[in-house]
Amino acid sequence: MRRFEAFLKRTGLYTVVVALALFAAFPFYWMLMTTFKGNKDLYNPDVNPYAFNPSPDHPSPTMEHVDYLFNNTLFAQWLLNTFIIGVCVVIITLLLAVPAGYALSRLVGRGSDTMSIGIFLTYLVPPSLLFIPLSAVVSRLGLSDTYWALVVVYPTFTVPFCTWLMMGFFRSIPKGIEEAALVDGQTRLGAFTKVVLPLSISGMLTVIVFAFTLSMQEYVYALTFVSSIALKPMTLGVSTDLIRGDIFFWGSLMAGALIASVPVAIIYNMFLDRFLLGITGGAIKG
Amino acid sequence: MSANVGTKRAGGIGGLLDRPGFLASLFVSPAMLYMLLLLGVPFVGAIAFSMTDLNIGMLFNTMPSFVGLENFASLIDDPDFRQALRNTFVFAIGSQAVAIILGNILAQVLMAEFRFKPLFRVLVLLPWATPIALGVLGWKWMYDSIYSIINYNLRFLGLLTDGNWPIWLGNPDLAPIAIILVHAWKSFPFVGVIIVAANTSIPRNVIDAAKVDGAGFFRQLFKINLPIVLPIVTVGLVFGTVFAFTDMSVIWLLTRGGPMNVTHVLATLAFQNGILSGDIGRGSAISVFLVPILGVLVVMALRGIRREA
Repeated sequence: MRRFEAFLKRTGLYTVVVALALFAAFPFYWMLMTTFKGNKDLYNPDVNPYAFNPSPDHPSPTMEHVDYLFNNTLFAQWLLNTFIIGVCVVIITLLLAVPAGYALSRLVGRGSDTMSIGIFLTYLVPPSLLFIPLSAVVSRLGLSDTYWALVVVYPTFTVPFCTWLMMGFFRSIPKGIEEAALVDGQTRLGAFTKVVLPLSISGMLTVIVFAFTLSMQEYVYALTFVSSIALKPMTLGVSTDLIRGDIFFWGSLMAGALIASVPVAIIYNMFLDRFLLGITGGAIKG
Repeated sequence: MSANVGTKRAGGIGGLLDRPGFLASLFVSPAMLYMLLLLGVPFVGAIAFSMTDLNIGMLFNTMPSFVGLENFASLIDDPDFRQALRNTFVFAIGSQAVAIILGNILAQVLMAEFRFKPLFRVLVLLPWATPIALGVLGWKWMYDSIYSIINYNLRFLGLLTDGNWPIWLGNPDLAPIAIILVHAWKSFPFVGVIIVAANTSIPRNVIDAAKVDGAGFFRQLFKINLPIVLPIVTVGLVFGTVFAFTDMSVIWLLTRGGPMNVTHVLATLAFQNGILSGDIGRGSAISVFLVPILGVLVVMALRGIRREA
């Protein structure tokens, strides 16, 4: 009887596991299937969609959608744009968030809690509240329809998150290390650059990863500020330029979505614990 | 802290840099200034614009006129706006309710031991980790009016009768469900993960001590688990809820607010009015309706943070 109960429990657990995995991952499995299906196979409601059904003149599975994506669209250019935007945003974020995080965790006395909570709250202000006035700012700066508009705007969400992250990180470095440096005759600035920063490489690596991936994922500001095809980042290019009027290039669309999302997903999985740390501000020990 | 150490070398720029207060403001001000210019100013701008008749043609040429609360008044009379306001709440609360239920189930599963758990974790986190615009494209294809794989599956399972082929995104009753499902799909993995993280942050020795002291299940739950878990989970949930209330990418990519404007939310309607039609005053007024919603969520987040500390 005991064993039967354990068996039931086990079966129940695996049923839930499979159901949740299916719900979460099925869209990606479906992207994968669609990427490699020939058009005659894809747009035929009478065949089994889970199998590849080749017809004499149309092979299935096929590489035609991936070929189309790289040769007939600006997909490679969009990836490059995303990369350039990401690198610039990372640089701005590091320059702003690392010193701010250090100051808020160490140098400021009583006001630091209020200030750091203020920084955290700015992370909650959504694009849909700001995009209209920001588009006025962007056109004032002469950045309309360039990806530089995105380089300027994306730090508004990477800086608060990464400042919060660095605060948690700096708190984990013992104060005694800087105090020893000060006693050794370093200035406070020197203690920061020569002693604290070298110890913070892994914190800064986290900042690089999140500033880059957060800007890679963005869509709303890109949709608002960029309209030239050659200047679009990857999320925008894939979702607008593989749809011509009423015609959806589903094979290439799914190929593009899959290729662009898998690397981000892997990175997020690797850095999950750090991300939680950033959200909760060090309440969870990583 | 070590003020006496810091002041021993005074005078000149070096001495100034050595003062904790000065260095602190030097370090904080670039970030603060950046946020003030690109977040604070636009935030005030949104509220200011919402009380003018500014449109894209006038920008930088003509001074807009102050119209008071006229934009808000005309919005409240507009049935499309009222629908969008209602949808904002229905979609956000509906999707977060589903996400919290699924997230709790996920948390239970993630705290159990089973085979292929690392693989499961990767798969189940995909919706959260993928750029949302790209994940939504996958759903758009799954909801396709002719080739919907969801319909194929339902028919295969015998849940759809012959000749019955729901058009998910084209039917005013189904489109809201389709949208809520995608939002829940995007949010639930993070809910699950943050519940697990919060639970593992309960110090083991505290639980042991409570057991030794003879605390029962409920006493332990209410006196130890919940006070530690809830603030952390609240902060995590606020992020998901803010996203659900304010996101426009899911709806924009799935339905553009259609069919017949029944799936617009404040964010998409603001985009359509303020950016596409160039009616900046009206568009800003629509997004300003998000401010009180955000205010409530911010208070919840603050309570969470305060209790964490």
